[in-house]
Amino acid sequence: MELSPFYQELITSLNRGLMMSIALIIPSVIGGVLIGVLAGATRTFGNPVIRKVGDTYAAIFRGTPLVVQLFILYFGLPNLGIYLSPYVAAVVGFTLCSGAYQSEYIRGALLSIKRGQYLGAQALGFTTFQAIFWIIVPQAVRRAIHGCGNEIIYLIKYSSLAFIVTCIELTGEGKTIATEYFRFTEVFTIIGLYYLALVTVAIFILKKIEQRLYVPGFGRS
Amino acid sequence: MNDSSPILRVNNITKSFGDNTILNGVSFDLVKGEIKVLIGPSGGGKSTLLQCINCLVVPDSGDIELENEQIDFSSKQDLYSLRQRVGMIFQDFNLFDHLTALGNITIALRKVKKISKKDAEQRARVELEQVGLGDKEDLYPAQLSGGQKQRVAIARALAMDPKILMLDEPTSALDPELIGEVIAVIKALAHKGMTMVMATHQISLISGLADEILFMEQGNIVEQGPPSLLLTSGNSSKTQGFCDRLNELSEVEA
Repeated sequence: MELSPFYQELITSLNRGLMMSIALIIPSVIGGVLIGVLAGATRTFGNPVIRKVGDTYAAIFRGTPLVVQLFILYFGLPNLGIYLSPYVAAVVGFTLCSGAYQSEYIRGALLSIKRGQYLGAQALGFTTFQAIFWIIVPQAVRRAIHGCGNEIIYLIKYSSLAFIVTCIELTGEGKTIATEYFRFTEVFTIIGLYYLALVTVAIFILKKIEQRLYVPGFGRS
Repeated sequence: MNDSSPILRVNNITKSFGDNTILNGVSFDLVKGEIKVLIGPSGGGKSTLLQCINCLVVPDSGDIELENEQIDFSSKQDLYSLRQRVGMIFQDFNLFDHLTALGNITIALRKVKKISKKDAEQRARVELEQVGLGDKEDLYPAQLSGGQKQRVAIARALAMDPKILMLDEPTSALDPELIGEVIAVIKALAHKGMTMVMATHQISLISGLADEILFMEQGNIVEQGPPSLLLTSGNSSKTQGFCDRLNELSEVEA
């Protein structure tokens, strides 16, 4: 069956947009988790100064709309002589925003680890860093994984905001076609299905990671 | 076979939290192979004293000498090296919940002692065998009974080749029917000549193992001496009175 020219063009564009979306999402997810772990750990264990820096970061990026952050990164920074490409601006914005949320999940998980775990490690001669890195964080990750997974799914969907800084991804490509043909319902329904597929894949991967990290006594009993 | 010079020397340790003085100038010496048992009412400072000895709680003043080296409380290196040589058994085990019985033992060998994975596993299996848990190496703490957890904790401490083992009420968190297996392991250690400091209310450990009993009350050692002296009938020592009450309790339980 031959697709009509409209659908041919739509699918070609959306697939191109999908590639761009994936290129935005993957580094942002990885960067967000890394920053989240780092910021979460410093906000929990750092000295008062570092803690304040971490808290301020989280307060700013959780407290302002992502759209505003993206606008500042893309349209505001050139005033300071910093020029970011649309793609870089979007990835930096997503990473920083996601990292702020992730740090909160990680922080909660770190605080939930019983003090005895740290004492036990200390008593064996672990340095503070070793105890946090080898004992506390691996347990916290298992407690945080559901919250972090939620944030990743959310990030997949807010990646659609990249098109407002002219980084044309899935939503941006679709919008162009929709405006051209004036067929919003079909276009956005199909875009919705693309995101649904992306999230389904993400849930599948998260489930696998969860199973891989499964340890009796954590989460599922 | 006791060497004459002490392996551990605790000298005039004090510790307060705010206005609350927990340790009020505690001193004692421990020679190789000796077993000292701390007893006394709760809140008397037994746990804090043990935690001060390996600086999990850093003392406010006083000295600790291990193997004739004075510990500099402000040097992290000193504290890490002290803790590697002094094993600690906690009342609530403090096994690492995300690691198997084997992993609990190997992680310290690998990360702290920098032993290869293969050698660490070999050593860990030997220690698990010693505490009678050779077949449980793949189980996680959540899958072990309290007594098994405490035996893994003992194996974990022993794998580090400690000079001294400190036990902080090792049987207090256990169901009565699980206490026996832990006591058996501790007794076996004593027979092998392990140097130990132990806080316990377990009468069989007090009278059966102690070379010396230290009775602690309000942050001081108020009585000390061998069980043969403190626990003879008719003796009016605090230790005797305390142990009588423990005996009555254990009869009620039985």
